[in-house]
Amino acid sequence: MSISLKIKKGLDLNIEGEIEDKHIGDEIIPDIVAVCPDDFPGIIPKPEVKEGDRVLAGQALLHDKRHETVKITSPAAGTVKAIVRGERRKIMRIEIEVDKTGHTDSVVLKSGSPDELIQRSGLWAMMRQRPYGTVPAPGISPRDIFITLFDSAPLAPDNDISLSGKERELAAGVEMLRQLTQGKVYAGRRAGSSVADIKGATMVDIAGPHPAGNAGTMIANIAPVNKGEVVWTLDADTLWRIGHLSLTGNVDFSTLVAVTGSEVIKPHYAKTLTGAPVNVLLKDNVKDDNRHHRIISGNVLTGTAVGADGFLRFPYTQVTVIPEGDDVDEFMGWASLSPSKMSVGRSFPGHFLKKKFNPDARLQGGRRAMIMSGEYDELIPMDIMAEYLIKAILSKDIDRMEALGIYEVVPEDFALAEYADTSKLELQKIVAEGLEYLRKETE
Amino acid sequence: MKSLKNFLDKIKPNFEPEGKLHAFRSVFDGFETFLFTPNETSKSGVHIHDSRDSKRTMIIVVLALMPCLLFGMYNAGYQHFLASGAGEMPFWSLFGYGFFSILPAIAVTYIVGLGIEFIVAQWRGEEIQEGFLVTGILIPMVCPIETPLWMIAVATAFSVIFAKEVFGGTGFNIVNIALITRAVLFFGYPASMSGDKVFIGTRSVLGIGTDLPDTFTGATPLGQIATATGQTCITDINGDPVSLWNMFLGLIPGSFGETSTLCILIGAVILLAAGIANWRIIVSVFAGGAVMSLIAHASATSTYPASFLHVDEQLCLGGFAFAAVFMATDPVTAARTTVGKYIYGFLIGVIAIIIRTYNNGYPEGAMLAVLLMNVLAPLIDYCVVQVNINRRLKRIKA
Repeated sequence: MSISLKIKKGLDLNIEGEIEDKHIGDEIIPDIVAVCPDDFPGIIPKPEVKEGDRVLAGQALLHDKRHETVKITSPAAGTVKAIVRGERRKIMRIEIEVDKTGHTDSVVLKSGSPDELIQRSGLWAMMRQRPYGTVPAPGISPRDIFITLFDSAPLAPDNDISLSGKERELAAGVEMLRQLTQGKVYAGRRAGSSVADIKGATMVDIAGPHPAGNAGTMIANIAPVNKGEVVWTLDADTLWRIGHLSLTGNVDFSTLVAVTGSEVIKPHYAKTLTGAPVNVLLKDNVKDDNRHHRIISGNVLTGTAVGADGFLRFPYTQVTVIPEGDDVDEFMGWASLSPSKMSVGRSFPGHFLKKKFNPDARLQGGRRAMIMSGEYDELIPMDIMAEYLIKAILSKDIDRMEALGIYEVVPEDFALAEYADTSKLELQKIVAEGLEYLRKETE
Repeated sequence: MKSLKNFLDKIKPNFEPEGKLHAFRSVFDGFETFLFTPNETSKSGVHIHDSRDSKRTMIIVVLALMPCLLFGMYNAGYQHFLASGAGEMPFWSLFGYGFFSILPAIAVTYIVGLGIEFIVAQWRGEEIQEGFLVTGILIPMVCPIETPLWMIAVATAFSVIFAKEVFGGTGFNIVNIALITRAVLFFGYPASMSGDKVFIGTRSVLGIGTDLPDTFTGATPLGQIATATGQTCITDINGDPVSLWNMFLGLIPGSFGETSTLCILIGAVILLAAGIANWRIIVSVFAGGAVMSLIAHASATSTYPASFLHVDEQLCLGGFAFAAVFMATDPVTAARTTVGKYIYGFLIGVIAIIIRTYNNGYPEGAMLAVLLMNVLAPLIDYCVVQVNINRRLKRIKA
């Protein structure tokens, strides 16, 4: 059984740094991998290891203070090198020195119910629930489960490559997830994708521009989340890992990473482990053009700026390098007719050109109050009155947030609108703070 | 450009909180961001931003107003020379007359309005906002040419402070600032804003033109109709009939920048092509105006002389087209929802014609119609949003 969706609202940002040569090189085994608790919203991390401890791949490093069974696990076998703490002893990351000879040595998880197994493997923490966009609370059966098999973000990796040959894992993953919900398991793939139908899942063929690949888009157009309901979302990698766990009892954290962006000399795919340092992936491949670089783990819309000494952050399988732009002094940029300026606005000649752009990280203007109307609606393919929801969040009006559908959204649904906003409002931050506020108030 | 940037960087410390000139921080800030796009980079959320910003938006509106402004200058001269009975009408004299007549009004508006904006920005510790760039040019354009400068100054100051800044500045105002300025003038100083003595320049400006006698009068077409009894023929200053073509071109007396429907349409094309104004609003205003004009004309009566006007005359005369393109489309004060925009626009059109036709006290209704709908726009949006909310509630029950 399958569903077809045609997304009309949205935008594909045409930026430089796309991968042309889809050849995948040898696997890169980094010396260190890191796990950052911040990538798992909703979890209060409690360490289970000390510096110097030996760990296996899939062995717990942290657990959630409130749900001890929900673990965050090590991507590789090795030794705990450091538990890096920030202000007020907050755990910023746990670094693992990878065992070069046996980094794939994994814990074996065979006995137990599906939810226990997934929680212990660390894969539970890689799923998200709506409302709130947090790691799912255990013990709650979701209404439905939505799997995104493709990523439509700018320069995103082509999952058809990473999923080829994983048919068995995908089917086993869906099989396992079906035991966790009374509802349906939806799997969204790009219309025309080479990913085959997965047994047990309701396939959703989605055509259209970004955010076609976002879970929120799929949910909104199939069965939006109502107050009191919970749905889970997960990406293709988490699905095949769950399948792999189900088939073998092992946890496999190998991943295919797209190294992209205008400041990368040769954009390419690299096979490595989750949590790998970005400098290993970017080695000798960043342009030496005297510009400041912004290194993003993820895509330009939702990724995390990590710096040259940062690590690959969950859930991203992409590294993007763009110019920072803080060294650019643009004379009267608001009057510019330069074709190199990227915009959805028709007052810029570049809007009409079928070319790739090389944007930097500048705001391109000052922050203002919300002035223009209807800008967000063009880019959010959901039945959400975005401006009004944002205003409700800013005024911390919980009843109104609920009425306007805050349970249906997560910050990434507002990323494109944030990109295009004339007033340069921090929409994703506003939504994230709104969800956090709501979660704390209603818990 | 590098040296200019270096110069700005050099004098910048003077404007910081510890500097000698810190009281002018907002002024410096305004000029710096005007000259150089700020190179502040994103700290949260998306890493790249669209090139469009508030400055770009406002400057395009100003650009779209240029045809009307330039034509207004020509027309001001034309009307004056026509009134003075001059035999020859050299283009540059006409244009120069209008140019030098309006320049002081534009200067006064900007000095007063921007001055207040700078002070408020300094006081609040915020960046200067661009909204007044548009408002400042709109105000002289919607006033009669003979409006005294001090009145413009007082009305501008009143509007900027009490209709905008007390609400929180650009983006928070309920009513259109340029129109509220005009309304303040209209109700505060009615003798200087309407009637038959203010719409045509009566004095020579810098030696261009001639001083007309104090007894001179020249009413706008709508003014003539409002004071007429029964069906009337619109005439120019010398009593010759005005063709529909001249009404469309704008060679008629009226507020400075709003007479030329042609130039307004050019402005509309610029705004729509650049994606700044909302076509739904513009189309709906004209549709509403047309529908109401047809109704009025179908039941024409000599009690209400304006009801004899045809649809095309109704839409070309007075401030109707200008209000539809430049006033109703102000995104801050218009309806913000898509469906709301249709309702908002349509009602502006209808109400403008109703006031114009059925209230002989006010020859023109566009200003009042836009202001009234500005106030009602949040209500329209409330209803549209409520539909979305109800749909969500219904889903839960189902």
